[in-house]
Amino acid sequence: MPYNPALVAPMRTEVTRLGAKELTTAAEVDAALGDQKGSMLVFVNSVCGCAAGNARPALALALKHSVVPQQVVTVFAGQDVDAVARARQYFGEYQPSSPSMALLRDGEVVHFVHRHQIEGRSPQSIATELSAAFDRHFGAAV
Amino acid sequence: MSGHVFHPGHAELHGITVVVETSGSLTYVGRYDSEDERGVLMLDVGVHDATAADVPKDEYVRKSAKFGIRSDHKRLVVPAAEVTRITRLGEMG
Repeated sequence: MPYNPALVAPMRTEVTRLGAKELTTAAEVDAALGDQKGSMLVFVNSVCGCAAGNARPALALALKHSVVPQQVVTVFAGQDVDAVARARQYFGEYQPSSPSMALLRDGEVVHFVHRHQIEGRSPQSIATELSAAFDRHFGAAV
Repeated sequence: MSGHVFHPGHAELHGITVVVETSGSLTYVGRYDSEDERGVLMLDVGVHDATAADVPKDEYVRKSAKFGIRSDHKRLVVPAAEVTRITRLGEMG
């Protein structure tokens, strides 16, 4: 059962204020990911405090890096159920995980950060790895 | 281990994705919830059976670390007497 929307609102805002476009329906996900070109980060937001509580600040830090994805979108697990289910269809063989982050280039997942790679780690540590992935997959030499 | 407990009143591993190895053929990968005299309660659990699986245990764990866990059970208790080791999946990727 979804959490109270009022409780979740600050968690949504923490991501959308970074410039992430929120996708709340399957149609919105299809419009964003269906014919995706260039670089994109999909942030699967979550209420979970022990993982998402570090994932959101990590995203904020990583998006200050010199190389960042051209587009950032977000869906909210456990809240916008249809949107999340549809987004996961674009993640290929990567299993459902929340919070998580998928890096896409021209519609292909090139890097995936699972919940277990977030748990117990500091935002700085997660952001450092995420920034390295931005360099590797979205850098000028790519 | 850091000693930091994210959810007051819960064990340090509560909410953490772990690999639970056993004295038998089964290995479990999933979220640690709690532990009592009956065993370890796990959520969203994938199971590897060394007697029936197509891939060795280490390969199963490696794939789970890279691609995530294909959940076979929403909730599952691993009997305490069978548990030999619990490791964070994040440390095994």
